[in-house]
Formats: sequence, C-alpha cells, structure tokens
Amino acid sequence: MNSATTETFAFTAENLEKAKAILAKYPEGREASATMPLLTLAQRQNANWLPRAAMDVVADMVGLPPIRVYEVATFYTMYNLKPVGKHHVQVCTNISCLIKGSDDVFKVCKKKLGVGNGETTPDGLFTLQEVECLGACVNAPMMQIGDDFYEDLTPETTEKVLDALAKGETPKAGPQSGRKGCEPAGGLTTLKEEA
Amino acid sequence: MPKLTIDGKEIEVEAGLTVLQACEQAGAEIPRFCYHERLPLSGNCRMCLVEMERAPKPVASCCMPVGDGMVIHTNTEKVKKMRESVMEFLLINHPLDCPICDQGGECDLQDQAMAYGGGHGRFHEHKRCVSDNNYGPLIKATMTRCIHCTRCVRFSSEIAGTSELGGTFRGEHMEIGTYVGSTITSELSGCMIDLCPVGALTSKPYAFQARSWELKKTESIDVLDAVGASIRVDTRGGEVMRVVPRLHEDVNEEWLGDKSRFACDGLKRQRLDKPYIKKGNRLAPCRWDDAFARIKDKLGGLDGSQIAALAGDMVDVEAMTALKDLMTALGSANLDCRQEGSAVDPNVRASYIFNTTIAGIEQADALLIIGSNPRIEAPVLNARIRKRYLRGGLRVGVVGPQADLTYKHDNFGDDANLLNDIASGGHMFSKILENAEKPMLIVGAGALMRPDGAAILACAKAIADKFGMVKDGWNGFNVLQTAASRVGGLDIGFAPGQGGLDTAGILDACGDGKVKVLYLLGADGMEAAKLSDTFIIYQGHHGDSGAHLADVILPGAAYTEKNATYVNTEGRVQHGRLAVFPPNEAKEDWAIIRALSGVLGKALPYDTLSQVRARMAEINPVFATVDKVQAAEWADFGAAGELLGKPLKSHIRNYYMTDPISRASETMAACTAEILGEGARTGTDG
Repeated sequence: MNSATTETFAFTAENLEKAKAILAKYPEGREASATMPLLTLAQRQNANWLPRAAMDVVADMVGLPPIRVYEVATFYTMYNLKPVGKHHVQVCTNISCLIKGSDDVFKVCKKKLGVGNGETTPDGLFTLQEVECLGACVNAPMMQIGDDFYEDLTPETTEKVLDALAKGETPKAGPQSGRKGCEPAGGLTTLKEEA
Repeated sequence: MPKLTIDGKEIEVEAGLTVLQACEQAGAEIPRFCYHERLPLSGNCRMCLVEMERAPKPVASCCMPVGDGMVIHTNTEKVKKMRESVMEFLLINHPLDCPICDQGGECDLQDQAMAYGGGHGRFHEHKRCVSDNNYGPLIKATMTRCIHCTRCVRFSSEIAGTSELGGTFRGEHMEIGTYVGSTITSELSGCMIDLCPVGALTSKPYAFQARSWELKKTESIDVLDAVGASIRVDTRGGEVMRVVPRLHEDVNEEWLGDKSRFACDGLKRQRLDKPYIKKGNRLAPCRWDDAFARIKDKLGGLDGSQIAALAGDMVDVEAMTALKDLMTALGSANLDCRQEGSAVDPNVRASYIFNTTIAGIEQADALLIIGSNPRIEAPVLNARIRKRYLRGGLRVGVVGPQADLTYKHDNFGDDANLLNDIASGGHMFSKILENAEKPMLIVGAGALMRPDGAAILACAKAIADKFGMVKDGWNGFNVLQTAASRVGGLDIGFAPGQGGLDTAGILDACGDGKVKVLYLLGADGMEAAKLSDTFIIYQGHHGDSGAHLADVILPGAAYTEKNATYVNTEGRVQHGRLAVFPPNEAKEDWAIIRALSGVLGKALPYDTLSQVRARMAEINPVFATVDKVQAAEWADFGAAGELLGKPLKSHIRNYYMTDPISRASETMAACTAEILGEGARTGTDG
C-alpha cells in the first residue's frame, strides 16, 4: 500500500488530464456518464480503493450530488470501499469454477496467505476475496489478481502463482495448465493443420 | 383519447396517463407502495401488478402508459395470487414488529397485508437486519422495516432538492440512507415520514407518544410562517400530539415545513396560563378582574394619543379587529401590525400580498428574488418554485443573500443598488425579464424592514411596471411575508390611523414618554430600552420577550386553541379551528379584548364569533370569502428615494426558531443545535 489517505483526495496532474479527456467524451449536460470511468481512475491512483473523499471529488467533477456517486460506487463490486492489499486476489467460486474445483483453490489461498475471505495479510501484500462469476468459465477454475486472470488452476499452480507474487515476481497470466487461451483442454480436435 | 377496458368496463382516459391512474378513474383500487402522485415513477415495489390481455407477463400498472384498446383485469384469481406473492416477498425481510411500531394503525404495509396478503408466510430462514441511521432530531429511522420503495429518496432529490438519501449497495445488501451518516438538512424532511409507507421513517419527537386511533383530528391552518399551509392537528386529551399536513392544491399541496410540523411541543412549554400583574419588580399571578382593573386604572384620564397598540406575528384577525375597535373607541390612532417596521403600504393591498399566488408560480418563466431566502422563509413555497424550475424554462435571479435555494439561480450580489440597474434595463437580468412572457418578482420581508424599505418597494414596483409584470390575468409583483398575521392585520386596517404613529413612531414616543400605555397583542422582540417607562399590557400565549416587559399580562390562546381567521401571504382568508382548549385561565383573544372593553366602559358591539366576523367583513369585504384569493387592484405605492449601500438579507437567520412557539420548542432547539450547529440561536433580525 502506498500513502493513500482517507481524509483528502486530489487527482494527480497526470490523472487530471486523463479525467478531462474522459469528461470530454460526453456531451454537455451528460457529464454524469463519466462517473464510472472517473471512479476507476481515482481507484487506480489511490492504491486500488476508493475513500469517500475520492467519491466526493468525482461527484464534484461530474456535477452530481455525492449520494448519487456513493450509490454507484457501492453497487459495483469492482470498486473497493476499503483499503486492499497490493495484490487483490479474487477467486471465483461460481458454478463452473465450483465444478472444476474452485473450493480447493480457495482453500489453498486461505492456507497460503493465512487470511479468510475479505481479509488482508498483515504485510499488506494480499487481500483475498471470494467473488461471483468473472466470465472465464471455459478456463475454470480461475482467479483474478490485479488486472490479470489466472486460469485452469489446480491447488499446485495456485500456490506457485502466489509464491511468485510474494517474491515480487510477475507470474505469467492466463491458463496455468499450458494450454493456449481457451482452446480445448485435451488439445485441438479440428483445424489441426495449417491451411 | 385512448379507450381501454378495465374489469369489463369501457373507459376513455386522457392520453399519457398510466394504467394505474386509469384503473383509479374506473373505480378499481390498485394497491401500491412505491407509486406516489407527486414523485417520479420508479416501479420497484411490484404491488400494483395487473393482468393485461395479450401481454406475456403481469404489468406494473404504475409505469405502464395507457394505450388504445388495452384490456386490463384487476380482480381475477391470477391478480389476487400475484398480489399475495408480491406481499409475501415484501414481508420476507420485514420484521413484523407492528405492536412496537409507531406506524401501526396508519401503515400502508399493514393495511395492504390485511387486504391483499396471503395470510401466512413460508419463510423460515433468518431475516436480514439493517443498522439504523441517525437522521437528526426529527426523523427516527428503523431501517430493518424498509421495503425499498425509494419514496424518501425520490422526495429528497426531486421535491426537497437536497439529494441526501440514496440506495447504496445492492441486492440483499441494499440500504436506504445517506451512506455517510449525516443528518438530513432539508426543511421539508418531515414529509418523508408521511411518504414512508411503512414504519422505517417515523417522527422522532412523536415516538411512542400515541396511537393513531386514539387521536382526535382537527383540520386547521398553520401560522408558523405566512404560507398558511393546511394542517391537521392531532390531539389526545387536552394535548396536541402532532401536526401533519392536509392536502391543499393551491397552497401546500401535501407538504409542510419542519418548523410547522415539529414545533408543536412548544405549545406545552412556557405558556402564560394566568393573568399577571407586576408588583414591585416581579410579575405576580392575579385574577382576571384585577388585571382589568389595573388597566382601567392606568388608562383613566389618558388622552387617546397617549395610548398605542402593536400586533405581533401570529395574531388572528378577530383579535386585531377587536383591538382596533377598542383603540378607536379610546380615541387612539396609534396602532400598527407591522412590528418589524415593514414599508408596505397598508392602503394598497397589492403592495403587501403575494399577488401571483403560490399556484401561479407554476406559470412564471422568469423570477427575480429581492432580499429573501424563500427556502427558509417559506419552504413550501420554495418547493413550488423548484417544481416550476424542474419543468424547465424558468430563469431565477437573486439580489440578496447567497443561499442554496435548491434550484439553479444567478446571484448578482446583495447590493440594493443593483435594483436600479435592473430597473434601468442595463443589467443582464433585465433582458431576461424583458423577454419573459410571465415574469415575476418576490420581495422579501427582510428587504422592506430596512430604513430604505419604501424606496426598495418603489424600485420593485418600477421593475414590475417596466417589464410588464402586471397585465391582464397576471400580476407578477409579490411580497413574501413571513408572519401569519401580517396580511390579515393590514387587511383589517390595523395600521396607523389619521395622525397616528407607526411602529417606529410608537417606540420612539414610548421612549420620550409621549405614549404612556402600550398594548402588545402578541408582539415580541421589542427593544426593551425604549419601553422602560411605558405601562405595557402584553396579551399572548407564551412567556417570550414581550411578556418579560409587561406590567400586566393577559393570557391568550395559541393557534391550536381558538377558532380564528388568518390571511396568508397570498391574501387567502382561512379559518383555523380549535383543537384543544386554552390552558388554565387563558382565553380566546378577541374575547379578552371584548371583556376588557366592557370594563373600560367602551363595550364593543359584538358578543359572538360570528358577530366579530360580520364586523370584519364590514371593514373589509375580503373576509366574507374564505379560502379564495381575490386579486388586488394595482395602484401606486412605495416612495422613491435613495437606496442604502448595506447588504440585502433575509431577516430569518435560524429557520427553526422564529416565533414564541418555536422558541419554546425543545425539538426546534435540537434542530438548531444538530442541523445548524451552535451559534445559530437567535431567529430573526429586528
């Protein structure tokens, strides 16, 4: 975590430029449409979470009463309303992942990190969270860490990913089973040769 | 106009209505929670589902516009089952704590569960629980009872214009609240209590005080501001338990300001319930006869010019009529009902009323506000301006204090000389007024009580004349009074007679010793220094500042304790009604003056209320017509003169404390402390 505070928030000069560019995308009188991208920008600047001060700044920029922005920020789960660790580990436990063993993946995470659902490790490195479907069912089970999807997980590969992150490395995102993207798990069944 | 069939009955309704409205016109009752006539549609409670032929699913009638040839069923077995199911869902997380809920007995959910519910639920899991919010001293929130109809949210953003409430989080976790735990600051917040169809928002001061079926309900008129909102006074025994608004389309619609609603606990505190006479330095209780004898003694041998009378802000017209007649009989022309020293012209009705009328605001397309903050001077009237503003096409300019009026406006500053600029046509707002079809202006009471009040009045009139604010069927010149008694007092001619002194003159004459006896009829807030040698008779209902100055106190009745006439700022004559009797030995005000007149040997020629009202109508025919605004004739008024450089401001600083009743109210004291913060204790300037 960096030195993000809850009391005050202001966009950095660089982000302010970006914010202006976002606002400029919407016609006059429709600035409210910029609420969600601006909240995202604020969250990225502020160690991946949104203090109330940031929501107030966004409300002011888009010309909405603050409560309207709070409504948006609390509705979407991807806005974090509390500080999160450097690596936000979100494990999908919805139906497809469940069938493919997400319970074990989640168990490994809990054991490895030593925290429960929604908790942050004492060193501030990891926050573990159980989430609903992230739309990568074909590569189930999966988890999202930061902006990356880690797919086709097994307890072992999960551990490997977490270990690498703890060491400060960046593990390769995508399927951990070696398959490419979402091609069939047992190898290609068609279009096997170059045309 | 679309024709549709509702329960086998053909009906033709206006285009643009919803199916729910059409059903109502056809006489079919549709249960609902989220739908409310005066709020935007939301369609989230699903209670109003009806069956529509050729529609694949039941439709939410509140959001479905009528179409030609629709066939609607509201009384089939299917509809009954749908309602039972919706009700079962609504009750899943509802605590069913009706026996300890203040809404019990007047709860939409309770009533509709009885009428449309299935009788039992099948939900055996744990109910969700929501922590309660602190909304301040007026609203008690029990959010577990909330069914998420969002009426309060829509009220706060649309009508009140403060946008403090919202629905945060989602699904099972959704909560209605402010998210940040702040107090609700709107002056109309009490209306959310009325709107809430369940017991989630209830009145905090009224919590656990009474059950709705124990209350006697009296329809009356509010006097805590000059709007004259229609109210219902709910009483039990001899006690006013609460005040709630009544529907009046032309005045308050169905809203009511928080002061008018919650200050009623002030009616029980600091009351004058016996006559008092000053003995030495102390006021001692006495009998009515003694008080009258003392007054007779004091008045004996005095010339009419040595006597004066002032009427205060909440006095009824009957009392002012009786006092005026008594003063005339005593040979005095020194009387004034403009205790704050307003410069309005008592002889020209158009100079002191809200000519446009409150409902008329909805037709205006440009509005100039001069020295007023309508949000705190008349919250209900301000809500009407906001309603007009939301429809679009209203430009508002303010020459006066900076304030959040809940609608967009241009504040040009608070220098009175800006009025000359606007009048001369050189100001940017002049163009707007010029191009407007129905321009209007509002002069605040605060602007008229300055030393240059007459000049401001003249300037406002010049603006009205120049920009065609007064024409056939439209009068855009308005004075926003803040005292409920003011228009009535001026209408009855409670103003200086031939050679008589006005408020400032009377006070000066008291200081000089020229006026020996001053009759304060509910007039508080007088400068004590000038009155030290004057014999003061105070007639009123609260031991406020006026009573502290008094040599004789005559205990009168508060507005809930008498049948009395008030005229609101529009010039609408309305009758308040007796809900409880005055405490102890206090009496109806006109009757006190009538009794005193007998003791003084100048018996007034009326013995009953109807005779007093006949006398009122004789003095001014407007009193013959109740609840109707009669257009006032446009004439010359105001006196051109130099405008002073000092800033124009509203004369109300603390909305919650402006008069003896609200100053005595503990609820209003709590509002002052919690909503406005300490340091905002005194209510009015002057």
